[in-house]
Amino acid sequence: MLRHPVLILVAQRIALGILLLLAVSALIFAGTQLLPGDVAQAILGQSATPTALANLRAQLGLDDPAYIRYFNWLWGILHGDLGTALTNGQDIATSLGKRFGNTIFLAFWAAIIAVPTAIILGLVAARYAGRWPDKLISGITLATISLPEFVVGYIAMYFLAVKWRLFPSVSMVFDGMSVGERLHAIALPILVLVLVVLAHMMRMTRAAILNVMQSAYIETAELKGLRPANIIVRHAFPNAIAPVVNVVMLNLAYLVVGVVVVEVVFVYPGMGQYLVDHVAKRDVPVVQACGLIFAAVYIGLNILADVISILANPRLRHPK
Amino acid sequence: MSNEFQYLLGQATKGRVSRREFLGRAAALGVSASAASSMLASSVSAQTPVKGGLLRSGMQGGESTNTLDPALALSEVPLVVNSNWGETMVDVDPDGNIDFRVAEEMSSSADAMTWTFKIRQGVEYHNGQTLTAADVVATLERHTDEASQSGALGIVQGIESMSADGDMVTLKLHTANADLPYLLADYHLLIQPGGGKDDPAAGIGSGPYKVVVNEPGVRHGFEKFANYWDDRIGHADQVEVLVINDNTARVAALQSGQVNMINRVDPKIIELVGRDPNIMIKNVSGRGHYVFIMHVTTAPFDNNDLRMALKYAINRQEMVVMILGGYGTVGNDFPINAAYPLFDDTIEQREYDPDKAAAFYKASGHDGSPIILRTAGAAFPGAVEAAQLFQQSALAAGIPLEVKREPDDGYWSDVWNVQPFCASYWGGRPVQDQMYSTAYLSTADWNDTKFHNETFDNLLLAARAELNIDTRKQMYSDMAHILRDEGGLILPMFNDFVDAVGSNVQGWLKDPNGEQMNGRALQKCWLA
Repeated sequence: MLRHPVLILVAQRIALGILLLLAVSALIFAGTQLLPGDVAQAILGQSATPTALANLRAQLGLDDPAYIRYFNWLWGILHGDLGTALTNGQDIATSLGKRFGNTIFLAFWAAIIAVPTAIILGLVAARYAGRWPDKLISGITLATISLPEFVVGYIAMYFLAVKWRLFPSVSMVFDGMSVGERLHAIALPILVLVLVVLAHMMRMTRAAILNVMQSAYIETAELKGLRPANIIVRHAFPNAIAPVVNVVMLNLAYLVVGVVVVEVVFVYPGMGQYLVDHVAKRDVPVVQACGLIFAAVYIGLNILADVISILANPRLRHPK
Repeated sequence: MSNEFQYLLGQATKGRVSRREFLGRAAALGVSASAASSMLASSVSAQTPVKGGLLRSGMQGGESTNTLDPALALSEVPLVVNSNWGETMVDVDPDGNIDFRVAEEMSSSADAMTWTFKIRQGVEYHNGQTLTAADVVATLERHTDEASQSGALGIVQGIESMSADGDMVTLKLHTANADLPYLLADYHLLIQPGGGKDDPAAGIGSGPYKVVVNEPGVRHGFEKFANYWDDRIGHADQVEVLVINDNTARVAALQSGQVNMINRVDPKIIELVGRDPNIMIKNVSGRGHYVFIMHVTTAPFDNNDLRMALKYAINRQEMVVMILGGYGTVGNDFPINAAYPLFDDTIEQREYDPDKAAAFYKASGHDGSPIILRTAGAAFPGAVEAAQLFQQSALAAGIPLEVKREPDDGYWSDVWNVQPFCASYWGGRPVQDQMYSTAYLSTADWNDTKFHNETFDNLLLAARAELNIDTRKQMYSDMAHILRDEGGLILPMFNDFVDAVGSNVQGWLKDPNGEQMNGRALQKCWLA
């Protein structure tokens, strides 16, 4: 069974991903060591006495060589211990977990709406390539992707929150809110994120489908007398999945790791703002933990994209 | 009294008509300014607060790195959050008088070296314990410990010994200080059980509101502490601080009714926001100021002629209009204005004078190389534009300034107090002594102009111990002259604090001590 080429390929991808993540963890660690200034000095500020500095350095283990500190850190992470924040002494795993949950919640709902919409619009655009539905869809989605996301956010806020008062302008979510209340609170950021990621996925779907439409088997299908919509859904789309999946995953990754501007505009307590605050205060353990989580999300989604592309390839699924 | 005047008084009481407009229109109705003013004051204080409800404030100045440890509070949100759950011994009221909180009486020895405070009886902490004089001493002790990293370290270091006896606290100082009560009103010095030595960030104090939710950088929720001793404040059942750092989002939250008040309205949009009938702009001229600081020990700024050239080369009036949108007043190169007690208003205002600037510049013998002025958006709102205005006005006097924009991140550690010429701001202090001691005494940690002047230092220390008001005022006036004519400080403007509230918010009073009624707005206002 393990001889099956698909399984081998998938296993290879996952192994490579883990290796990559290890390399990234080393990079993140090295990067934060390169930051100017001593961490203990940064925590204690100008008024630090030499004794207090020495105590804190010992307490943080800063006197050990870098590679030992790296393995200690890695060992902790493998056991779910991300350490404590230097600035406010809170347990990183707890506070980060909450923020990460919020980020995923927002990304999930944005994706649930954006991905099917983008693909359907892409299919429609491909079906009517060069005609008015295609131009309309392309025009609108390109316009929304061209505007910076905070502008889209402010416009949405002005009309939907201030003028018509349909949705709140502050998307604060907290414990004790029901899912319905949460969804109402994050309606505006979802809208903005959907508008921002729509165009990319839509254009890729359209391009991939049109590319496949040049193939001989599509011509065969046409000659069989199938309807254009059927040809696209039954014959073209399955063969265009690989490139589409890659773009979809890139956008999903963006929804998780790249939405700090939207978080700030709508005051959404996600991971982006959390990371930025701690970078400004040189809170290294938090920065390392956030960096690692972002990297893991990115690598994980890319592995998933690879695996789906492999599975979508009939030549690999049915080896001779 | 005419119906029209009654109506006007009602509108002004509710804050819908500004004080200035009220006085003007009252005069038109034949009521003298002083009579109208006193009627307004009694009308405002006669308003009966409405109890209950949820009052929310959307504020800039909070980070997810914040903690409830009062020693570590630096920005605006921790100040407001901490003042909800904790209390200081005394507070400074909007008129600059001492308002007794945890302490109920005080007295000092004739030489202002020994101070005694009587601690109020029956003040209860949120955990049920009773506040004692020993807690007060323990709190001050904690802040003297360098390990606590307290922002009030400089204040409590002046205390030589402290002791508690029954309900009395006695403080003996190293040097006499007539302003000690003002220093003890510092927002770091909240009295905590056992001084907060066991768990400084517990958020347990004797303030009007109990901490219910503490999500730093996001939201802080409170509910009324039932056993709070003073029923004059703490009207709402629940109060909440939402951290909204984005300017536009903050205004939108107020417009859409998600919060009842916001701080720091961007001067560029004050007029636009004020047009909304559901919003009232609340501005007050305070002690905060925006500055350009030169290290007087570093060339070329070690040359007083060059410093004077730059002081004459800045157009203050233009900056107040362009940078503050008119919501501010011109500065005069010393950090004191009319909001301070004992301010000397006869000191001549320095004006933009390219000819004088050019003459001083020539006398300085500067080689004509560009003078680098460092700035960043973080220095103060509009600091980059202000530096560019300065560059233009200096150019007209033939002085070449080169504006160098620095990153916001790290500005306070790598540029301010490090580079010889940069933009910065000061929040002001309740009294002149504290402002000068913090930033202009030779030995001050934050002496960010590296100013060393023996006469000035001696005057400062002498004024601190001087109990005669007139002599003291003269001393402060002399110091102002020294700093204005020899210091490294270019002070173009004092900025107003500009807050905005929803039209259903009542009880707002102008407080020059700080934005959001010196951080007490949630406790002193109510929803009509």
